[in-house]
Amino acid sequence: METDTITAISTPIGEGAIAIVRLSGPKAISITMNLFSGKNLNEADSHTIHYGKIIDPGTKEVAEEVMVSVMRAPKTFTREDVVEINCHGGMVAVNRVLEIILNSGARLAEPGEFTKRAFLHGRIDLSQAEAVMDLIRAKTDKAMSVALKQMDGRLSGLIRRLRQDLLETVAHVEVNIDYPEYDDVEEMSHEMMQKKTKEVLMEIESLLEVAKQGKILREGLATAIIGRPNVGKSSLMNTLVQENKAIVTEVPGTTRDIIEEYVNVRGVPLRLVDTAGIRETEDIVEKIGVERSRQVLKESDLILFVLNYNDELTDEDVKLFEAIHGLEYIVIINKTDLEQKLDLNRVNEMAEGNPIVTTSLIEEEGVDELEAAIAKTFFAGEIDSGDLTYVSNVRHIQLLKQSKNALEEAMEGIELGMPMDIVQIDVTRTWEFLGEIIGDTASDGLIDQLFSQFCLGK
Amino acid sequence: MTYNAGHYDVIVIGAGHAGVEAGVAAAKMGAKTLMLTLNLDMIAFMPCNPSLGGPAKGIVVREVDALGGVMAKVIDKTHIQMRMLNTGKGPAVQALRAQADKPLYIKEMKSIIENQENLTLRQGMVDQLIVEDGVCKGVITESKAAYSAETVIITTGTFMRGKILMGDLEYESGPNNQRVSVKLSEHLEELGFELTRFKTGTPPRVNSHTIDYSKTEIQPGDEKPQSFSYETTEFITDQIPCWLTYTNEFTHQVINENLKLSAMYSGMKRGTGPRYCPSIEDKIVRFNDKPRHQIFLEPEGRDTEEVYVQGLSTSLPESVQHEMVRSVKGLENAEIMRAGYAIEYDAVVPTQLWPTLETKNIPGLFTAGQINGTSGYEEAAAQGIMSGINAAAKVLGKESVILDRSQAYIGVLIDDLVTKGTNEPYRLLTSRAEYRLLLRHDNADLRLTEIGHDIGLITEERYEKFAAKKNLVEAEKKRLSKITIKPNEEVNKVMTEAGATPLKEAIKAYDLLKRPELSYDLVDQMIETNPEISTEVKEQVGIQIKYEGYIKKANEQVARMLKMEDKKIPDDIDYDDISGIATEAKQRLKKVRPLSVGQASRISGVNPADVSILLIYIEQGNIARIAN
Repeated sequence: METDTITAISTPIGEGAIAIVRLSGPKAISITMNLFSGKNLNEADSHTIHYGKIIDPGTKEVAEEVMVSVMRAPKTFTREDVVEINCHGGMVAVNRVLEIILNSGARLAEPGEFTKRAFLHGRIDLSQAEAVMDLIRAKTDKAMSVALKQMDGRLSGLIRRLRQDLLETVAHVEVNIDYPEYDDVEEMSHEMMQKKTKEVLMEIESLLEVAKQGKILREGLATAIIGRPNVGKSSLMNTLVQENKAIVTEVPGTTRDIIEEYVNVRGVPLRLVDTAGIRETEDIVEKIGVERSRQVLKESDLILFVLNYNDELTDEDVKLFEAIHGLEYIVIINKTDLEQKLDLNRVNEMAEGNPIVTTSLIEEEGVDELEAAIAKTFFAGEIDSGDLTYVSNVRHIQLLKQSKNALEEAMEGIELGMPMDIVQIDVTRTWEFLGEIIGDTASDGLIDQLFSQFCLGK
Repeated sequence: MTYNAGHYDVIVIGAGHAGVEAGVAAAKMGAKTLMLTLNLDMIAFMPCNPSLGGPAKGIVVREVDALGGVMAKVIDKTHIQMRMLNTGKGPAVQALRAQADKPLYIKEMKSIIENQENLTLRQGMVDQLIVEDGVCKGVITESKAAYSAETVIITTGTFMRGKILMGDLEYESGPNNQRVSVKLSEHLEELGFELTRFKTGTPPRVNSHTIDYSKTEIQPGDEKPQSFSYETTEFITDQIPCWLTYTNEFTHQVINENLKLSAMYSGMKRGTGPRYCPSIEDKIVRFNDKPRHQIFLEPEGRDTEEVYVQGLSTSLPESVQHEMVRSVKGLENAEIMRAGYAIEYDAVVPTQLWPTLETKNIPGLFTAGQINGTSGYEEAAAQGIMSGINAAAKVLGKESVILDRSQAYIGVLIDDLVTKGTNEPYRLLTSRAEYRLLLRHDNADLRLTEIGHDIGLITEERYEKFAAKKNLVEAEKKRLSKITIKPNEEVNKVMTEAGATPLKEAIKAYDLLKRPELSYDLVDQMIETNPEISTEVKEQVGIQIKYEGYIKKANEQVARMLKMEDKKIPDDIDYDDISGIATEAKQRLKKVRPLSVGQASRISGVNPADVSILLIYIEQGNIARIAN
């Protein structure tokens, strides 16, 4: 009956070690298959579970190692094809998996929609119908209040402004169409339309960009600690963890050798990513090569590069400097309790203006300065958590992306020289998507705009 | 004491633009039909502007024609000029507009009505309906004639408790000083109908001899012969132009100084007027920074000197109207023949109607046209034909016809009215249609001829012609998809001349036609010409291919919409029994009584969660029914 495929995180948020992303609908299996590296799920038997990886098709990166359950219609909860993706990487990973699925053709389920489908397909007993309706009501109300709470006043203000801009543009096109002889307004040209759509597109893109920053605030700044063996990387990690209450403790390293610790440093959430290479106090560059290590480092939002005060700058140190060239990093010169052998001038030169902090982790010296440097790095740039219009709601981000796509299609139409009333179809869609974000979908707005903006007679 | 005046299948009260379509459609379908009107000389009279069509409205005229209506044929025979509007824009918004010869239009329409088989035309004022056991069974006139009937359609326009306003002058009247219908309005209230009060207005008419046209700009019709009806074969070639002039600061000064004398600005509480057709007073007040407003001078016919002053709709006193008119360039010596006025009237709140236009209160009773809160001749004709079809269908035991929002502007109009209602006189605008690209001027026949034929309003001869055209369009599309165009000097010469980038690789003619800058005729120069096809077929093929991507997108949206339209709501549904639906939504649902979940979702105040719950409740009922 339903033709689209829906998805949602089906486990309570922020609880439990395993989170499940569920898909239901005719494309549940094919969508998953496109993202999954592992067994061919199209051939998998119903009610079987498979190990593999979820790959982000955009970046080709591994997003998460997962166990995927495939359940084929009709013997499923919804009586549609159902896929459940078990993630164990905490909220960050599960959100990322959800986002990838949403970008691959599934739609975010409405509150209670799995249950609704189960009911509509006769899966749930008649007597339970009442309960289903209550559930939808309750979940919708809750989702509404949560979404509203999540939505910053600035965000809704901005969306309203963008919508008004689009509405005026659309009304302009409409007045050209419905009142072709009206002489008070010039004919909307492709150039004017292009300028307008570009403006709005840029605003939406920057919203999505900031949405990423919001994600950082929510999920933590991916932080890598690097350095030669025995410079004090483990001590640094332990210090940060001890000084600051860990939010989430380690993920068992059974399926992969990455340890993550969440710490809150002066309001900056850090997700300390410690690759096995570092943990085992081996040289990451030696182990996986400069190119590869640079790739790993690139994925970090911040790098803490530890040097030994008590040792001369080695070739390995230089290689590491080269590896992090152009990235966001802080140089930590550790072991100041020992004799200075390091050429500080040279370090200064190599650091290219990135902050340098001296510490003695054993003596617990310099930790304050380090934390200050981390906070400064985060807040000094574009990102200012106190003055940030950020989008955190997955649904909002999806709608913004749909708006962006619709605007891009409008731009494409403009470039092809499509007539304005055709281009306008995509502009109107954008207006509608943005309206869904703030819960305003009344279509009469355009008619009202038309008559308040123009003096129309004929 | 009444006398028995006979029995009819369908009685149409009123012979305006809604009434004539209703009567002709019902009669053509085989229903014995009576049409009662206050004045036989005023059939299909145009009390306001002398024009038909324009954006959205022009497409409606084509739709009415594709269903077998009469408006298009009559205007094709009686116009003084025609223009295709929006030719520089996309195919979806192009629309034809005609300036009508008003007296000739009446004459031609009267002749059609008089000669229509199964249709009886009679002069008479209906005072009340005969209602038995809550069902409409006929009408009684002021002259005590009692007509019994299976169905009755009220198309009384602005006549119900009409009141003309001009300065402090006010009197009960229909438009243009015709008799007013008072008792019927009171009777409808007694029957439990909710009425609302709307107003509209009309500008003065001036004598053509007193206009100095040299001070105005000419607005000629198109030279190319065009028609609204798909059946028209003869075209009027000698056209009469309209003229354009402007108001100025003196005009605005006159209006501002006398504003309090305007009936609509005198502080009295009045009916709601339409925003899209404001009086000149409204324009000056609301947009006081505009230095001038357009005035179109439109002849009312070939054999009359009356000229309609489009843009000066007003309820100012007659004395001020003289001053105002004479302040306009070209009208310095103009003689007003009829003064402008505002008119207030009763309208039926249209959410009291089913989408068939039958009233929910009283089975057998239909209302159509301006009485339902619309404005415009075309909107009236659209409702007229649909009410006629559905009244006759009811009598003849046929299935009713409801057009959806993707099929026709008529569908958009009626769905808006019965689902959302309206708080001002409703006018169709292209922006009211979600699927504008599908509801084009050029494809009204493709959308609706089949339906018109099924219900018996389209002749076999016309249908065969239509079917042949449809086949030719499909065949030509197929042919183009098989022809490969290779880049060579000749081809690229055509491309370059058209301002297109020359071809580098071979391409199918079909795909080449998708380029916006290449018309069918240009592509035709690169391939072997198909001698069989007409201009209309070429146009159709060109549009369908060029906008294929957008049309496909629209069709996908339509498919989603129709899925919800297919989920019918049982008539016996008890909204109070559904606990999950919000109170406000319940109230709205109880009032509108939507036929489908799709319709329910368009009611303002019914949110998506309510729709979900409604859906589940209905499914639950269906399952229960099957189980029993």
